Amino acid sequence: MTNLHDHTHDHDHDHGSELSEAALRVRALETILTQKGYIDPAALDAIIETYETKIGPRNGARVVAKAWTDPAYKARLMSDATSAIAELGYSGRQGEHMRAVENTSELHNIVVCTLCSCYPWPVLGLPPVWYKSTPYRSRAVMDPRGVLNDFGVELPATTKIRVWDSTAEMRYLVLPMRPEGTETLSEDALADLVTRDSMIGTGLPLKKGQAR
Amino acid sequence: MNGAQDLGGMMGFGPIIPEPEKPVFHAEWEKRALAITLACGALEQWPGDRGRYIRETLPPIEYLTSSYYEIWTKALLKLLLAEAMITPEEWTAGKAISAAVATKRPTLSAERVAPLLAAGTPYNRTPKAPAAFKVGDKVRTIVAHPTTHTRLPRYARGKKGVITEVHDVFVFPDSLAHGKGEDPQWCYGVRFDGRELWGPDSDPHLEIVIDLFEPYLVRTA
Repeated sequence: MTNLHDHTHDHDHDHGSELSEAALRVRALETILTQKGYIDPAALDAIIETYETKIGPRNGARVVAKAWTDPAYKARLMSDATSAIAELGYSGRQGEHMRAVENTSELHNIVVCTLCSCYPWPVLGLPPVWYKSTPYRSRAVMDPRGVLNDFGVELPATTKIRVWDSTAEMRYLVLPMRPEGTETLSEDALADLVTRDSMIGTGLPLKKGQAR
Repeated sequence: MNGAQDLGGMMGFGPIIPEPEKPVFHAEWEKRALAITLACGALEQWPGDRGRYIRETLPPIEYLTSSYYEIWTKALLKLLLAEAMITPEEWTAGKAISAAVATKRPTLSAERVAPLLAAGTPYNRTPKAPAAFKVGDKVRTIVAHPTTHTRLPRYARGKKGVITEVHDVFVFPDSLAHGKGEDPQWCYGVRFDGRELWGPDSDPHLEIVIDLFEPYLVRTA
């Protein structure tokens, strides 16, 4: 239900004279709040621009690529993720208390917030619709293999799956396994293989040669 | 509270629909919904945990049939009305009628956006007592069904687990959400076997780590 809403409900009605109820509510809020001086539309534009162009999953991809190529950095990332991520300039809102969790051939990590939408904004940006949706939040903790199947990922039945329900102030970044045959790739080229979903644990990094 | 937000282990919502990294927003109004919510939060009239609690108080049917940005804006409206920042008459009229109330922080300007987002809101506090548990300790979660805000999900109540992380002392959402102060508490990562949470039919290679505050936990032998 939530998926249907998020994906289709407002696409066709969010312009012209046919505004959705959701769009009308937001417009009325912005009008009244601006008239009363509680909000400044210029600040709203700055927030939107930040999360559309500056803070997104390419940040996290650079963290992962560096961890893949620099063992000392990886050690710092695993012991104090907040500081290690800040070394690359990523910190702040919804990333105040970070933890990195590493995938291996025996263990696969998946991150969820069953109670709301907790997500590591400085490294991944705003969460995708599915991350906040009822199908993901309900199933990730009980049937993670079924969830992975929805993403086209199948792991060996004996691979242990560890689900992190981020119910408090910690925010999690999955460090995926470095794809095989990438020994000669630069850090930048490696970052291109790191998908958002691979850092949530619902996907795997791209293989060498696959375009993102 | 046992609201519709507490989704872990529910069934029947259908498949997950993956999506590419872009676009970030799926409608123009979503951009404004995000920005208005953050800009109002910057006035610091309520802590984030109260915002979460208010979202949970949406009637379950409404919560489950609203997109997440809709949940945000519906809760924001409730908060603004509760704080008398806007009046019911203004909401009906769709325009300002009365003067603004005083807010703890000034209106967020464009210049303050970057430093505000970069600073974030750290929730850790200086410990007043040593942690009651250490890594490896066996614990059981309490059984409680508060009508107020809690971060102990229903699916993990009365369950046996092991402490795997001693995170830090964080402000206690259960208290802060209701205007009862920060009451900082130790927070732990607690690991549960899938079968402890879901029974013998659970995937035998599944474990769940949940971040839980000390008042949710009791020691077991």
